[in-house]
Amino acid sequence: MMKTSDMIKMTYRDAIRLGITEEMRQDKDVIFLGEDIGTYGGAFGVSKGLLEEFGEERILDTPISEGAIVGTAVGAATTGLRPICEMMFMDFITLGMDALVNQGAKMRYLFGGQSQVPMVLRLPAGSGTGAAAQHSQSLEAWLCHVPGLKVVTPSSPAQAKGLIKAAIRDNNPVCFIEHKMLYDAVGLVPIDEDYILEIGKTIVERPGKDVTIVAYGTTLLKAIEAAEFLEEEGIKVEILNPLTLYPIEMQPIIDSVIKTGCLIVAHEAVKTGGLGGEIVARVVESEAFDYLTAPIIRLGGLDVPIPFNQELEAATVPQRNDFVHGVYRLLNRI
Amino acid sequence: MIELSEELLLRMYYKMNQARYFEEKLDELVSKGKVHGTVHLAIGQEASGVMPCLALEEGDLVSMSHRSHVQAIGFGLDVNLMMAECLGKYTGYCKGKGGSMHIADVENGNLGGNGIVGGGFNLSCGAALTQKYHNTGKVVLCFAGDGATNTGSFHESLNLASIWKLPVVFFIENNQYGMSNPVENHINIENISDRSEAYNIPGLTIDGNDFLGVYNTATKALRYARAGKGPVLIEAKTYRYSGHSKSDKQLYRDKRELIEWQKKDPLLKMKEYLRENRVFTEKQILKMEEEARVSIEQAVEFAQKSPQPELTTILEDVYA
Repeated sequence: MMKTSDMIKMTYRDAIRLGITEEMRQDKDVIFLGEDIGTYGGAFGVSKGLLEEFGEERILDTPISEGAIVGTAVGAATTGLRPICEMMFMDFITLGMDALVNQGAKMRYLFGGQSQVPMVLRLPAGSGTGAAAQHSQSLEAWLCHVPGLKVVTPSSPAQAKGLIKAAIRDNNPVCFIEHKMLYDAVGLVPIDEDYILEIGKTIVERPGKDVTIVAYGTTLLKAIEAAEFLEEEGIKVEILNPLTLYPIEMQPIIDSVIKTGCLIVAHEAVKTGGLGGEIVARVVESEAFDYLTAPIIRLGGLDVPIPFNQELEAATVPQRNDFVHGVYRLLNRI
Repeated sequence: MIELSEELLLRMYYKMNQARYFEEKLDELVSKGKVHGTVHLAIGQEASGVMPCLALEEGDLVSMSHRSHVQAIGFGLDVNLMMAECLGKYTGYCKGKGGSMHIADVENGNLGGNGIVGGGFNLSCGAALTQKYHNTGKVVLCFAGDGATNTGSFHESLNLASIWKLPVVFFIENNQYGMSNPVENHINIENISDRSEAYNIPGLTIDGNDFLGVYNTATKALRYARAGKGPVLIEAKTYRYSGHSKSDKQLYRDKRELIEWQKKDPLLKMKEYLRENRVFTEKQILKMEEEARVSIEQAVEFAQKSPQPELTTILEDVYA
């Protein structure tokens, strides 16, 4: 257990920046490219101050050319650099998909193991900012459908630091999904420069025994709020956080379902074709199937583009009360 | 004028012949049903595929198109390993996982063929960024076809390479067709190199069947990029004799057009040059051709005798 004295309080945004800064200081091959990441400091302020410390050679402000940003990163990674690149919004990955999916993800396999593509693609995702349908999506399911990519998503400042550092040190293309509503979230972050969260892990965020909830991103925080509320009624919810969405570690989820017999899987992404379906399928394929005592509940975004209006926007994605009602249903309390 | 040594002329003629034999042999294997999948042949494009590679310096890099065999032979790849890859064998460059379209030798600077038309442009920018960042003095040669210059990645890459002064030479082999679509139907300008003006970089259109012209132009362009002046766009006008791929019945073109271009065949033109300038005796020329032919026969033998990949390799090399 880490002592509080080894930690400092900071935001999720600052924790990502700290992880990047530490890695850039210790490895000169790490460069960072994206739109308005220099003087402007990035659309969400993640790269603020990096230009001053690392200079124009390593902090590269690009034209608005997402295909070139991702493709250049792939080409640079294949030839010895370790680029981090930023899509200003995850939605814009549509414009970089060829470079990511057909080039970066497949190059190693296509060439029989000849190359490696050590790059990080930062993707600010999710709704809640009132930016409407082209700036609010959670498109992780697309990325989790592409062997060769790794997909990670932190839910706390500490996780953000540990995972961004792991992503930068990884020798594969890693998609690093940041939920925009978490940027101002504050938490304790280890100051240790070797604090790394291993990619490929699902963690227990909150132990319990009655119902298993699997959630990530801001949806995880809503699940935790629900769990705190339910605890007052004596219901102990166990919450699992798949920090790596792909390739996902299932065993902790399976073990939890064996213990609780009840499962809720939740995300902001559109429910149809979402990652929740995959997680559920793997649970019912596993030994946990025999332990289920109620139908599984999937919470996900409605099958609509994210609307602008604040109330409509909030109603599009799962909220705290959806978890509370879900747990009640599973426990036959309604 | 760039000096051409006898040794270089020999290498040029040998590699162009090797490329021609490679493609013809592969065509034969395809027609006999010996090749799984398809191949994209570049018969007729030997000067535009081989010569830019021969103008490279040790340590320079290349990114190839989907029609890459001739380019790969120019770059110096081993024809045995290339043929083995085309036949899907474990001894091939990609252990049978890439096939004809994805031959690569990354360690030696060959960043591979690309199955996505236009997919290599921004990869080349990235590879060039590495050279600039590490100050290696090396240049990236990026091959693509006429069709690729209508993709967004072409324009994004030329712009990026221009503003960042990346050491990359974009070499467009305009073989007159984007699959079945004649170039005049998909590009509304006479010369593709005119597109360089929009990015404030040098652009040149040359006869892609003239081995000497291609070599000289590529040499100058590489020198320019190496000097840190930024990218160059070259368009080499040439012609592919075969169809786009094995299923192409070539209904979109007139046989007479092919015959006209065959009169300008790059190998014939080089042979004429060698005779006129009395560089080699007739016997030496024949010997080079024969050696090239034999090397391809041996490559086929090597490939055919090579083992198939084990099924257990399916899961290998997805991740580093």
